[in-house]
Amino acid sequence: MASGNGELTGAGYIKHHLTNLTFGQHPDGTWGFAHSAAEAKEMGFMAIHVDSMLWSIGLGLVFLLLFKRFAKGFKKEQPSRSQVAVESIFQFAQDSKNSSFTPHAKNNYIAPIALTVFVWVLFMNLMDIVPIDWLPLLAAVLNGESWSQISGTGAHTYMKVVPTTDPNITLGMALSVLVMIVYYSIKVKGAGGFVKELAFQPFGPKLLPFNLLLETVALLAKPLSLGLRLFGNLYAAELIFILIAMTFSAGIGVGLLGGFAQMGWAIFHILVIPLQAYIFMMLTIVYLSQAHEHH
Amino acid sequence: MNINLTLLGQSITFFLFVWFCKKYVWPPMMDAIEARQKEIADGLAAAEQGQKAQEVAEKEAAELVAKAKTQAAEIIASAEKRGNAVVEEAQETANSEKTRILDSAQSEVDQQVFAAREELRGQVSSIAVAAASKIAEKEIDESAHAALIEDLVQQLKAS
Repeated sequence: MASGNGELTGAGYIKHHLTNLTFGQHPDGTWGFAHSAAEAKEMGFMAIHVDSMLWSIGLGLVFLLLFKRFAKGFKKEQPSRSQVAVESIFQFAQDSKNSSFTPHAKNNYIAPIALTVFVWVLFMNLMDIVPIDWLPLLAAVLNGESWSQISGTGAHTYMKVVPTTDPNITLGMALSVLVMIVYYSIKVKGAGGFVKELAFQPFGPKLLPFNLLLETVALLAKPLSLGLRLFGNLYAAELIFILIAMTFSAGIGVGLLGGFAQMGWAIFHILVIPLQAYIFMMLTIVYLSQAHEHH
Repeated sequence: MNINLTLLGQSITFFLFVWFCKKYVWPPMMDAIEARQKEIADGLAAAEQGQKAQEVAEKEAAELVAKAKTQAAEIIASAEKRGNAVVEEAQETANSEKTRILDSAQSEVDQQVFAAREELRGQVSSIAVAAASKIAEKEIDESAHAALIEDLVQQLKAS
């Protein structure tokens, strides 16, 4: 999309790629899509990133329906290769739960949570590998933008396809994890036990305010770091891909170099993408395990 | 990079997906996997049991074969012994029968020889008497023939 005529600057190109398709309430009270990053910002909290949500829900549904189909068409004898692969992912989630979840508590939700988190985050991260301009370009064409708009300053169709580069998505999942931590803490230890844990540890009842502050920070830091870690990794990856993509408009020599750089960065991310999904899943299990343990 | 309703949307979606996964995706798959694992474990256990049973059966069969072999050897040995005994017995019977038959034949022959000799003796005496009476009818020359007769009688006695 970065054209050679200089109409679309590098900064503009980057900004365009980092803006979500936002639907929300305009300052004048009407609802609609934001037509620029500034407009999206003005909407404040009462707005939703349509692209992030659609890709996130879509990829989640792909995961659920695909795996449900494998579960339904399970063949005991002579399983297909894809069935064996899916099976091993189930087994992987189960093993992760067995190895990291406290053996003192029983919770049938942990393994399905682990499976959901791992595969969903993996699918969302995998969108990172899709060449950076393909899907936004397709969206712009479908939206009826002319080529001069796309390649010029008139580009106004926003489409971020990697949900995990949106902090709303990663922090949203982390928020769910926080809710589950609190829920299971109260369920296992009772409301009193949970409050006691927050107030009387680690320095005893005499230093109650200090304890409360320390434990509350620790409690909130868990999901915050969980969400920000995933967001940071994927956001950085996306940014580098955008920067590399800008070289494609700078002549054939630099562009060729950029092509190799993109390939190298993509290969590197074959490692990073499942690793981040794994870390998110593992930490979710560990945090929930801690919620089930008595201190 | 704005924090907005997407945060809550994703959070709610997360719970819905976990619920769906727990209810419709996880149990059928895990049940199927566990059922197969159990089947495999059962099969392996059965195979092990079968192997053990086979080993026992092989041992038993080997014992039976060994027993049968010794029995067969015993039977053969006793049969040989019996056979030898039978042959010996038969030989003995045959021998005694032979001697008995020979003895009886000998005695019969002796008897017949004796009888024949007695008959001959009688016939010779009568022939001699007849011959003597015939000679006596022709010429009675006791002096001339007495020696002759005596000689004849002596000869008959000797035979």
